[in-house]
Amino acid sequence: MIRRLALIAALTLAPLAAPDTATAEPDPADWPAVLAEAKGQTVYWHAWGGDQRINAYIEWAGAEAEARFGVEVVHVKLSDTAEAVSRVLAEKAAGTLEEGAVDLIWINGENFAAMKENELLFGPWAEALPNWQYVDVEGKPTVVNDFTVPTEGLEAPWGMAQIVFYHDTAVTPDPPRTMANFLDWLQANPGRFAYPEPPNFLGTTFLKQALYGLIEDPSVLAAPVDEAAYADTVAPLWTYLDALTPHLWREGRAYPQNGARLRQLMADGEIEIGFTFDAGEASAAIANFELPDTVRTFILENGTIGNTSFVAIPFNASAPAGAMVLANFLMSPEAQARKQDPTHWGSGTVLDIDALPEEERAYFDAIDLGVATLPPEELVPVLPEPHPSWMVRIERDWTERYGVGQ
Amino acid sequence: MIERIASRVPERFAARAEAGLRLAPLLTLTVMLGPVAAGILGTLGPAFGWLPALGAETPGFGPFAALFDQPGIGISARLSLVTGIGATLISLAITLLVVAALQGTRIFGLIERLLSPLLAVPHAAAAFGLAFLIAPSGWIARLFSPWATGWERPPDILTAQDPAGLALIAGLVVKEVPFLLLMTLAALGQTDARRRRLAGLCLGYGPIAAWFYGVLPGLYAQIRLPVYAVLAYSMSTVEVAMILGPTTPAPLSVRLIDWMNDPDLGLRLVAAAGAILQMALVGAALLLWRGGEIGVAHLGRRLAAGGRRFGGDAWLRTTAGLLAGLSAAAVILGIAGLGVWSFAGLWRFPEALPDTLTMRNWARHGDGLLAPAITTCIIGVAAASLAALLAIACLETEHRHGERPTSRSLWLLYTPLLVPQTGFLFGLQITASAAGFERGIVAVIATHLVFVVPYVFLSLSGPWRVWDERQSLAAACLGASPWRVLFAVRLPMLLAPLLTALAVGFAVSVGQYLPTLLIGAGRVATLTTEAVALSAGGDRRLIGLYGLAQAAAPLPAFALALALPAILFRRRRGMTVAR
Repeated sequence: MIRRLALIAALTLAPLAAPDTATAEPDPADWPAVLAEAKGQTVYWHAWGGDQRINAYIEWAGAEAEARFGVEVVHVKLSDTAEAVSRVLAEKAAGTLEEGAVDLIWINGENFAAMKENELLFGPWAEALPNWQYVDVEGKPTVVNDFTVPTEGLEAPWGMAQIVFYHDTAVTPDPPRTMANFLDWLQANPGRFAYPEPPNFLGTTFLKQALYGLIEDPSVLAAPVDEAAYADTVAPLWTYLDALTPHLWREGRAYPQNGARLRQLMADGEIEIGFTFDAGEASAAIANFELPDTVRTFILENGTIGNTSFVAIPFNASAPAGAMVLANFLMSPEAQARKQDPTHWGSGTVLDIDALPEEERAYFDAIDLGVATLPPEELVPVLPEPHPSWMVRIERDWTERYGVGQ
Repeated sequence: MIERIASRVPERFAARAEAGLRLAPLLTLTVMLGPVAAGILGTLGPAFGWLPALGAETPGFGPFAALFDQPGIGISARLSLVTGIGATLISLAITLLVVAALQGTRIFGLIERLLSPLLAVPHAAAAFGLAFLIAPSGWIARLFSPWATGWERPPDILTAQDPAGLALIAGLVVKEVPFLLLMTLAALGQTDARRRRLAGLCLGYGPIAAWFYGVLPGLYAQIRLPVYAVLAYSMSTVEVAMILGPTTPAPLSVRLIDWMNDPDLGLRLVAAAGAILQMALVGAALLLWRGGEIGVAHLGRRLAAGGRRFGGDAWLRTTAGLLAGLSAAAVILGIAGLGVWSFAGLWRFPEALPDTLTMRNWARHGDGLLAPAITTCIIGVAAASLAALLAIACLETEHRHGERPTSRSLWLLYTPLLVPQTGFLFGLQITASAAGFERGIVAVIATHLVFVVPYVFLSLSGPWRVWDERQSLAAACLGASPWRVLFAVRLPMLLAPLLTALAVGFAVSVGQYLPTLLIGAGRVATLTTEAVALSAGGDRRLIGLYGLAQAAAPLPAFALALALPAILFRRRRGMTVAR
């Protein structure tokens, strides 16, 4: 009887399994063939869905891809990028080697390093895309080095991000601009600053930013952690945090979960200085009534950490051709300019604007950056991300020292 | 119309349907327990070091060693245990006090009417609402600032997310009290409560003592399983703990999700081991609770033998009313707060209301709500209908073969509610993926059935079993076949409870987050998955908007369940189910 039930179940569910249509892997060098194959495909793009502006931008890009190339795009909204990594991993565990659920992932850093190491990615493909010619590889070396890990064409850059701090000029006219000043300022204004709880990436980035400002020779951060020297290297960070923590928001007994929560605390007046990876966030929040129009952004004296966002295709994607067409469109001057426009998003471009043809450059010239957004020339210097192994070690030690402190 | 169809059922079909009906209990159990079993198996492998996709191929206790090596793991486990047991104790105490002290009063009528809407509010929305109420920059502080408190800026006080988990307990209590109240009310009908209480009053006991001595012992046996379900849920909730729970460290359930989502893929094994620990903790807590029951019963008997009457309990009755009011108000005000946020322009501390109200948030996101709302409806209607079909088939089989419900079958029914979701859903994701079942809306419906079937069954079985069997006998004497009796007599008479069961099932389906996300492969977007994804962005306007939509989704179902029988049977008011 149970066998009969299983048979019934199999028969009812069988039509759900997609027919086996796997063909030869698309080759981006033969772009017309990729375009032809992509037509009619549906691309499931797994991307963080916590910001309405970004969601609207993704929706626009999807509509354009459908209109121009016949590629339908579905934005799968994640609350954490690792969900998509988990899914690909679960599929590999289950032996789903093609027709996977994920076609494109918005990714960088640890997640990319983990997927690359476990051979969960399709490619190389990114550097053969037609729009790769406009990418600023010289001026923005992070477009081929994701947290120092060589991308090797396994992911296509689509945005530049850099830490910017924001403050309300009506409340805090003169915010601190070095790590040492931060401590002094916080002692005078207890509870008015917080960073998201590591391993949230923004919270960990704050730790790395602090590390940059505190250690003598930041160049060691570019290489993998040297276990022998690790404890001595990071000792200044723990000394600093030991002094800082009692003056943090809620005395460091609770931490905000993520950057969005930080913005919320700023809006509620609980903290006076926030920070984000999104140069246009403050302007957008003002336009959205979330923050008062006296909020402005700034960066630290020695510069802030910057990195690049990418899109990658899993090894078992169902529509790799469609995903490539979408990635190529995201890299186009038109899409990049819209991305930089704070009325739509306000995130930096990966392209070399000066090297663009005249009519393509016009897209960028027309952008109004918004009241609280720093122009690109003021966002210097950009500090490179440390090797991912630093993040892993520091996160773990942080949790032991401050994350279980009750 | 049903009657006409029923009368035309051909003999051949009737025989086959009869055979199919006999399979119903087995099919129901497979639908409900199959995924749980498959999921636990899928979790056990990685927990003991078996996940070939990651190159983990040497079974052993490595993942458990790594789990116990995680910083603060002891505190996380303790938090799960303490907040879970605390929330269950307080919820049960409030529920019993309210019923003991207030049944039959006008306030109680009001509470009863509030039950369905309170139950329909999803846990996550209620938690967000509560968080906004109690935060130092929240609504309560705003109402009293700056005129009473002198606060021009929010004070730096830890309210939500306190390390002891008190806010988490509060968030659980406000949602579990309505559930336990509903279950208690359903059980009261079968306990002869009024006469027992009256007997106690006549013997000179105070109203609350009379109820606790006379009614509770018989009643508790019937609400035991719902209480266990509350305990298991409170210990393993993810959404509520993320919003209101402590973070340094977080309760075990939240850390499971963190490990599962860590870019370091090796932590998947730790997460699986953690899921097994979570299940063991829930099991231990259930045993502990069972021990507590025995102890309390013993104590109760000694107290009763002592003969004290506890006459002066007026203060306790007032307290009960206040507690019930407070717990309902927390949910209602919280949702109201979210509602105001969804229309808010700039709204800074300490303003009690926004500077400006705007339709912009709704105008901008109204369109985006439509598609997930439709998906939510399709899944909810399908899951609730299938569950109702299974429940009817099981109950009808039971009726035709004269079987009596056993406590063993009730335990089986509750199993999906007693096993922590985090324990089996990740395993289920892998198993389902291997079997090629995942991703589609059908797979999501099938997974929702695991949780919907128990509620629909529980909701329908009570009225079904108290239905007066003589109606069936009378119809049979008039020559009606068992099928005709079912379609022409029983189901029409049970229309109201059937619709209520459907509405309950629909509401349960609407609230499912993890099952939808994991089994839908992120491709099935419902109001709940959208709400949680957007809440990652922390914009209260959006959280308010989606929270309202999510809370409102089950309401039409409940309204329909009330209105439809009233309209259909407006000329047959005398027709009642039983009693």
